[in-house]
Amino acid sequence: MCSTCGCGQGEKRVEDISHHHTHEHANGAHSHEHEHDHAHEHSHTHPDGTTHSHSHSHEPGHAHAHEHAQGNDAADRAPAGAGATRLLSVERDILEKNDAIAAENRHDLQATKTLALNLVSSPGSGKTALLVETLKRIGDKYPVAVIEGDQETTADADRIRATGVPAIQINTGKGCHLDADMVRTAMSRLGTPANGVLFIENVGNLVCPAGFDLGEAHKVVIVSVTEGEDKPLKYSSMFAASALMVVTKTDLLPHLDIDVDRLIDNARRINPTIGVLKLSAKTGEGMDRWIHWLETARALRLATD
Amino acid sequence: MHEISLATALIDLVHEQAAAARARRVTRLVLEIGTLSHVDAHALRFAVDAAALGGPAEGATLEIQEPEGTAYCLDCETSVAISARGAPCPRCGGVKLLVQSGDEMRLKEMEVV
Repeated sequence: MCSTCGCGQGEKRVEDISHHHTHEHANGAHSHEHEHDHAHEHSHTHPDGTTHSHSHSHEPGHAHAHEHAQGNDAADRAPAGAGATRLLSVERDILEKNDAIAAENRHDLQATKTLALNLVSSPGSGKTALLVETLKRIGDKYPVAVIEGDQETTADADRIRATGVPAIQINTGKGCHLDADMVRTAMSRLGTPANGVLFIENVGNLVCPAGFDLGEAHKVVIVSVTEGEDKPLKYSSMFAASALMVVTKTDLLPHLDIDVDRLIDNARRINPTIGVLKLSAKTGEGMDRWIHWLETARALRLATD
Repeated sequence: MHEISLATALIDLVHEQAAAARARRVTRLVLEIGTLSHVDAHALRFAVDAAALGGPAEGATLEIQEPEGTAYCLDCETSVAISARGAPCPRCGGVKLLVQSGDEMRLKEMEVV
């Protein structure tokens, strides 16, 4: 530690990159050199107007205390005494807790060879209708379960349970998305459908669920033909995060002006590798290809560790 | 408004780090929020101020760095800087871009007393 101002430097492993370090205090400047790996620079201003700039370094993910006394009489004070301002280098992801729980979910799903899909869309895209029609086709072929996310009501889980498939509702209250911990709790109560498919129907919202990993194998974004061609450009994060885009309600196309090809081009502009399926849960058009996609994804899950 | 969830997660992380460093008060936070992340910096600022109320980080200065994104253009086979998803390649005008970075949401540094 620098004995003049108390800025810490000694607790880190030192490698072969040296650099120069200068401070200015109201009562004079001093400088010293030290060595680090992964250097960076920053400056800050103290309440007394003293500006202080220096570079220092650390390894990622490691909190690094950097202490120096504050005030014009800094040189006279104990370096780490009361009132000392310290800079902690943190370098941590804000959602690391969510991501850690998602990793546990993913581990459990992999261990039971369960394919988990996170279905995301705007409200009213036809997610639940698609799920109900899907469950009628696959519900008795292999284990299937559904986690339903909505702000309020158990209406969707009730619709799913009416097909005979186990379902659990998560009400997020004011929350606009599911998070990994909610899904973990739901999985522990519902059980994972080993060797089968777990559908997680997220809260209808094309923004927030994009950032919250739940531990799923894939996000599937569902867009109805009534929503217009520009949805992928307006809500790009969700399309960027999804492996598959399902275009629903194609039975309505004769009544609409939408250019579905442009919708698809826009989705690929955001995510060049996104898969695309078009279907109508109402008439059944395109449902076979969706079921085929599901079974292929499930087969991949079964075939790999 | 997932900015509230983010802010809550951030403040939890800040409290943890502050406790580990035996700090009494947090005076400044430096965040890195990539321009391609789905976070609105203004909304996040508001939410962080609210989430910090009553704790050691109440009133802390919030500095948000917004690094631009990088993407690999499949047409000209180059890594390029982009400011928005769906923006064309600044080199060749191509629209097949694989985003490589720009959605970071990190707590970089905190100043404590």
